[in-house]
Amino acid sequence: MNAARPAANQMPKVHYLNVDYGIRSWLFTIDHKRIALLYLGSITLFFVLGGLFATAIRLELLTPAGDLFESETYNKMFTMHGVVMIFFFLIPSIPATLGNFLVPMMIGARDLAFPRINLLSWYIYTLGGLFTLFAILSGGVDTGWTFYTPYSSTYSNTNVMATAVGVFILGFSSILTGFNFIITIHKMRAPGLTWFRLPLFIWAHYATSVIMILGTPVVAIAIALVGLERLFHIGIFNPALGGDPVLFQHLFWFYSHPAVYIMILPSMGVISEIVCCFSRKKIFGYSFVAFSSIAIALLGFLVWGHHMFVSSQSMYAGMVFSILSFLVAIPSAVKVFNWTATMYKGSVMYNAPMLYAMGFIGLFTMGGLTGLFLSTLATDVHLHDTYFVVAHFHYIMVGGALMGYLGGIHFWWPKISGRLYPEAWARFSALIIFVGFNLTFFPQFILGYLGMPRRYHAYPPEFQVLNVMSTAGASILAVGYAIPLIYLFWSLRYGPAAGPNPWQAKGLEWQTSSPPPTHNFPETPVVTEEAYEYYPGAEAERV
Amino acid sequence: MDTLIHLAFWAMLQQGVPIVPERASSVAKQIDYLYYFLTGVTLFFSALIFSLVFYFAVRYRQRHPDERPQPIHGSLGLEVLWSAIPLGLTMVMFFWGAHLFYIVRTPPSDATQLYVVGKQWMWKIQHPEGQREINALHVPVGRPVKLTMTSEDVIHSFYIPAFRIKMDVLPGRYTELWFTATKAGTYHLFCAEYCGAKHSGMIGWVTVLEPADYEAWLSGAPAGESLEQAGARLFRQHNCHTCHEAGPTSRGPSLHEILGKQVRLASGETVVVDEGYLRESILQPNAKVVAGYESVMPTYQGQISEEGILQLIAYLKSLTRAEGKAQP
Repeated sequence: MNAARPAANQMPKVHYLNVDYGIRSWLFTIDHKRIALLYLGSITLFFVLGGLFATAIRLELLTPAGDLFESETYNKMFTMHGVVMIFFFLIPSIPATLGNFLVPMMIGARDLAFPRINLLSWYIYTLGGLFTLFAILSGGVDTGWTFYTPYSSTYSNTNVMATAVGVFILGFSSILTGFNFIITIHKMRAPGLTWFRLPLFIWAHYATSVIMILGTPVVAIAIALVGLERLFHIGIFNPALGGDPVLFQHLFWFYSHPAVYIMILPSMGVISEIVCCFSRKKIFGYSFVAFSSIAIALLGFLVWGHHMFVSSQSMYAGMVFSILSFLVAIPSAVKVFNWTATMYKGSVMYNAPMLYAMGFIGLFTMGGLTGLFLSTLATDVHLHDTYFVVAHFHYIMVGGALMGYLGGIHFWWPKISGRLYPEAWARFSALIIFVGFNLTFFPQFILGYLGMPRRYHAYPPEFQVLNVMSTAGASILAVGYAIPLIYLFWSLRYGPAAGPNPWQAKGLEWQTSSPPPTHNFPETPVVTEEAYEYYPGAEAERV
Repeated sequence: MDTLIHLAFWAMLQQGVPIVPERASSVAKQIDYLYYFLTGVTLFFSALIFSLVFYFAVRYRQRHPDERPQPIHGSLGLEVLWSAIPLGLTMVMFFWGAHLFYIVRTPPSDATQLYVVGKQWMWKIQHPEGQREINALHVPVGRPVKLTMTSEDVIHSFYIPAFRIKMDVLPGRYTELWFTATKAGTYHLFCAEYCGAKHSGMIGWVTVLEPADYEAWLSGAPAGESLEQAGARLFRQHNCHTCHEAGPTSRGPSLHEILGKQVRLASGETVVVDEGYLRESILQPNAKVVAGYESVMPTYQGQISEEGILQLIAYLKSLTRAEGKAQP
């Protein structure tokens, strides 16, 4: 199966990793590849932290009684799990690491358009992260990652301000990254690289950047207003001060629903690359996959009210948001069908990235389809704020976004590190993660339909069996995540040299050495063909 | 994998662990049918994608590194097909869901009116005859019940899974929820919107009684004065009558026969007099002053509890009902 691995590759003598040594060479780097690694380190730390909170949650829910932690502690656990995983891991995950590393390389550029701003956005991320870490260490926060008012603005006695400041600051790093990507993609493509020759990873990042720029300011405003009300008692959201608590939900979801697409679109880009490479075939329906990303980004801004069907929003507003939510499902379905069709009559290899991609296609399909239960008004009334919702968004964010991220890390690891990881372990862990994931989250769909509300510290005893299954699955999942962490580190020193293109993949990033030199390409590449021309000149088959 | 999950669930069914919630309201069955339809669509398409991916992965696995699969650019026909079929199915879901949602959100006019006040972390319920309950709700089988709900502090959400209904309970405004229970028994009442430390303790039981048992419960529970009586007492106590019941020269508009009516405001706008408007006029009297009157009424913010305001509203409603007007 590993036909692609050439014998005895050599590491290049000089590359971006060894061109300079010392802490200063990293902290003051303006190389997009090194900045990507700074991000990779930071988000991995936050992923481990968020995972520890998840572990605590699952342990508490082993038994119906709230006996492991105090209620206050448990509430802080799920709040910080959400804040850390969403804002500090999932949102930056693929764009800030793989995107940062690959956007310039895939379009044949030396760097992003604004390398210093790129470094600045990592510092902003870090500053936001420090505020949030401070909030956690100084007692934590218990509002839920959604910061609903007036609980967050008036009633919570925890460290809401530090967390809010952290998330507020973090937003600017997203905005700067989005600008950098859009300008780079517009202005710095290699000669011959027209829009419809771009890899779909680039289309996905373009769409993501649009959401980052248009959406993030709104959540920043919403959080700033919560701060104003909390500090100065200006009545914005609290009705006792003359405010409107539902206004916050509108502002919050105007960003936070599109933020789901910030998390999933880059993953979709990764999957397009992997499926083509390991089917050794051109993507099926290039322009449909490309434009579905744009459609998702735009329609995604018009569906926020589906979080508010029972919030006292008017019945007719609910109907409008319901129908729009169904419309945004169509481009996602189109992508799934096109990836599947790409494998048809391909030459499919079972390398670890492909296993992650196939896992993504299945789990994202289930996540997307269960979303229909929540776009449907009458069923959402019952399922809203239950474990059904928890299961649904974990299928999208963990089964989808995280599987895509891990698939991408495995796919481009040889390019990033110059070394190969042990393939057998990688396949094994992909399998473990798939099994553990389903066992963790599938029972939660049933829990939700039975009526178990989310964010419950203690629960009625009839829900215990399903919760035990979920906790058992989580322990398998934890093992699945730990294994890659170990062998990827191991491969940095002991892995065999990968060579420039271990998968014999298409795409400009594979035309330079692994790891690449600081300026990526010895000379600017010229593009003469469409993306994913695995066998140029082969006659196309008509369907 | 899926087989394992199915085996696990089969085992659970054998052990008597439920995977379908109890069904005890008039809308529950219809919502369940829609749920089953959605489940069917989900299972069909999940199985389709899983088996296609699996089949292609096996059927077209690389047998030799020199294989050169023919490129396929795509197919407009297929793209249209696999956009149109999901679109059609989702539109069925939309109309079906919207139709039931309309029913869930439209209380019948003859519903019995109860009042709910949520606070960290309990549910306080008042019956029209004066019975009060905390974290418990007694209702009869077969009679529509409408809850008018508000919160004293943060947002809560009133959720009865066996009835398949839920509605957020907000501070500063009223929301409504209605149901007709169909089966005697006790069912969970949950707070579904995270509301602070003891959120998972903000729970209770809904007891559905046969009509005769319900009458027995009503007469057995300590009632004291009815909501209207309590409201009338508050109306006197806060001297509302000095301005609102002083005949043609009174400083405030008459409160008789006003519920459900449109009134013109001093600003030129019109509002329909509903529970929310009455509440606002008690707490922020100068926000929407009726045309022809001075804004001289003082605020009662902080002087009357949410439950007291609901009692006042029950009394004001009786002033309309007593004169033979339909309730809004």
